[in-house]
Amino acid sequence: MTKKGLIDRIWDFFASIKLAIVVFSVICVLSIFGTVIEQNVDAEKNIKLLTRLFGSDFAPDIYRLIHAVGLDSMYKSWWFISLLFLFATNLIVCSIERLPSIIKIVKEPIKPVGEDVIQSMPIKISRTVDKKVADCTDLLSNALKKSGFNPQEYKNSDSIQLIAEKGRYGRLGVYITHISIIVLFLGVLIGTFKGFNGYLNLLEGTSSSVVYLPNGKEIPLDFEIRCDDFEVTFYQGTDTPKSYKSLITILENGKEVLKKEIGVNSPLKYKGITFYQSSYGFSPTVNSVFRLNVKTEKDKVVMIEALFNERFNLPNSNITVKISDFAPALGMDESGRLFNYADSMNNPAVMLEFFEGNRLIDRQWILKRYPQTWQTKFATIEFVDLWGSQYTGLQVRKDPGVWLVYLACLLMTIGLFMSFFLNHQKVWVLIRQKGNKSEVIVGANSNKYKASLENKMINILAFTDLRDNMTRSN
Amino acid sequence: MDNSTLFGIASIMYILAMVLYITHFVFKKNAIGWIATLFTVIGFVAHTISFFVRWYEFSQIEGLGIIRAVPLTNLYESIVFFVWCLILGYLIIEFRFKNKSLGAFVTPIAGMALAFIDISGMSKEIHPLVPALQSNWLLAHVTMSFIAYAAFAISFATALMYLSSVSDSKRSKSYFIWTTVLGIFLVVIIAMGLDFVLFKVAGMSHKVFLKSYLFKASFRNDSFSIVLISSIIAVVLMALVWRYGIELKKIIEAFNITPDTLDELTYKSIAVGFPVFTLGGLIFGAVWADQAWGRYWSWDPKETWSLITWFIYAFYLHARLLRGWRGVKTALIALLGFVSTIFTYLGVNLLLSGLHSYGSM
Ligand code: HEM
Repeated sequence: MTKKGLIDRIWDFFASIKLAIVVFSVICVLSIFGTVIEQNVDAEKNIKLLTRLFGSDFAPDIYRLIHAVGLDSMYKSWWFISLLFLFATNLIVCSIERLPSIIKIVKEPIKPVGEDVIQSMPIKISRTVDKKVADCTDLLSNALKKSGFNPQEYKNSDSIQLIAEKGRYGRLGVYITHISIIVLFLGVLIGTFKGFNGYLNLLEGTSSSVVYLPNGKEIPLDFEIRCDDFEVTFYQGTDTPKSYKSLITILENGKEVLKKEIGVNSPLKYKGITFYQSSYGFSPTVNSVFRLNVKTEKDKVVMIEALFNERFNLPNSNITVKISDFAPALGMDESGRLFNYADSMNNPAVMLEFFEGNRLIDRQWILKRYPQTWQTKFATIEFVDLWGSQYTGLQVRKDPGVWLVYLACLLMTIGLFMSFFLNHQKVWVLIRQKGNKSEVIVGANSNKYKASLENKMINILAFTDLRDNMTRSN
Repeated sequence: MDNSTLFGIASIMYILAMVLYITHFVFKKNAIGWIATLFTVIGFVAHTISFFVRWYEFSQIEGLGIIRAVPLTNLYESIVFFVWCLILGYLIIEFRFKNKSLGAFVTPIAGMALAFIDISGMSKEIHPLVPALQSNWLLAHVTMSFIAYAAFAISFATALMYLSSVSDSKRSKSYFIWTTVLGIFLVVIIAMGLDFVLFKVAGMSHKVFLKSYLFKASFRNDSFSIVLISSIIAVVLMALVWRYGIELKKIIEAFNITPDTLDELTYKSIAVGFPVFTLGGLIFGAVWADQAWGRYWSWDPKETWSLITWFIYAFYLHARLLRGWRGVKTALIALLGFVSTIFTYLGVNLLLSGLHSYGSM
């Protein structure tokens, strides 16, 4: 025996299925830990969790250990990523090892074989049929065709062989599946090293030409992005949000080049950078503008913009109006009292004070989502928006590897469906004269579903019986 | 008629059918068997119509549109759909194998699911969709995941039946395993039933209920004696299953299925479930996350558990193909795979937190 070289041994190590099993299991167990211990959160949360599991005496020490090893941010830790690399290397080496034999299987057509080979197949059935060899051959050939095979006939001196196969390309499926995993890894790698995942909060009416990473670092964009408006809509009569919408404008050198409304599930992509609607917030300033739609008797709607505490004229009258109070989410309790129930603009409302000259003659709350409150003594006044008070929270991503990830998904789907729904079946049927009857020997092989292939073969043989009886009764 | 009336009719039919199937199973009267089938079919038709009526009603909410309104957005709807899949699967098996005995086992599961809905008082209202759920990928993601779960459930059942059919004595390892697994399932179901009876009456929302009251009536009770008694009862129940497992085995044998066929059936259901789960569960889920949040993968617990489940079934396939494992060993992996599947579906929501609680957006 010769000792194997180092390179060979390393190769064998990576080609071994045992390694695959170990890596598979380790990744599984670690992932389970990762779902129990909360990832990338404040120490407090996990200490609380550990206290519940192990009591307060041990929790801090256990936490320190976990934190030192990196189990609380494990998907980014060097050892988890190394494991994934090990997995990928294993898969690549395995695939290279199997490539020649797969190519052989797929390229080489099925050939007639000797009787001893048929006898050694996983599925073998033989029987004697009371028919001539030629008739038998015809019947079996038809039966095979009915089951989706395409039999070829080979004549020998003393026998006839029918051979057929089906689903040969199904064998490639496994290969495509494994390659897809490697493509997936590539895509993820490119995304991790060449892309970024940042965020940007934009107040209505403001713009920015940088975005921020979670660690606070700025990333410059080579264009400018502006939020023109942000709006939450709610389902009628509830506080269940129906949509979050931001009206976004892209500017290049101060010129508007693109306007788009984005929402959850409909991001904006520009120059390889994608903006997702991900959160929002409320932070009014003195410059925020109240927008009101005022309708007097003449059926004409006038849009009025006003600042807080600033008086404006009600159209077609001598009355002036002042916005003297504001609530972002005004609700009414059972006794009809008003109260504010949230910090975001769930149901914004303004208090209007009406003046004749300098004399206060009336005051009223106008609630944005309750039209019955829009009716005042002097006009119908709809509270449209407090513009410039909300900001939209955008998640900003650049991922030049994402197309590889999508390609990998496509390949994986094709590969899996090929390998499970096309299954490679091979059949050899040997027919020869035996006295004045025929002897039929069927051998078959498949990479899966052996029992059902065997049933199929039995059915095919039974086919000869059936016809046999029928011809006799004629 | 609205969807809940129709579903009510279906429930009554299923429960009547359950009684009839069990009677048929005991007394072997053909006529009763036929009436049981008739009731099941009527129930199934009503159930199907109810599903589509609800779908239609859902789509009418402020112009949601047909594709996005598939009624599979909360626990109630998913249990209703689960029962639907179960009955459909059962009816197919009944017509193919011309055997009604399985009905005596399947309809009680449906009955239990229906009771679960009623006792827990979970909300049956149509809830409007929050923005993150308004995606065309939701339909493909959820329905395909469910089909895969159903396929895995079948592989679980056939793997259990396999273990029971190859265990020729009470001493064999496989006998011990399948009776234990069945016993644990029974104990968990009964314990959850107790929780519902005792605590649901207090009228909590079902989320709070599931998070903090699971097993409170038994294993997690404040009183130590109740914990002790529950544990003893659990052990006794499992011992009973172990003692009378042989009787169940006879029923399974009455189906005339060979162990080899069961083994292959397990493989076949996994071979159907695996690609469907990969495409619908993992890939469509990732595409949806990519569109909604800008991350195709974020290692949140639900995703991670889907991946673990996927790994276990990949392991099953490789062990079978490359190492030639058959029989007991692979059946065990199939059992493990389904436990992981259940955890992915229920456990993550009940026990672990994550993105998928649809908390913020
Ligand atoms: C999670 C990752 C993996 C997936 C989804 C996967 C998927 C598959 C599938 C579906 C099959 C066909 C099984 C069947 O037809 O029953 C297969 C076969 C195979 N896998 Fe994997 N695999 C993975 C990882 C690996 C790794 C890491 C190795 C390397 C050791 C490997 C080596 C093989 C081999 C050698 C075959 C047999 C191919 C043949 O038919 O000749 N797989 N794999």
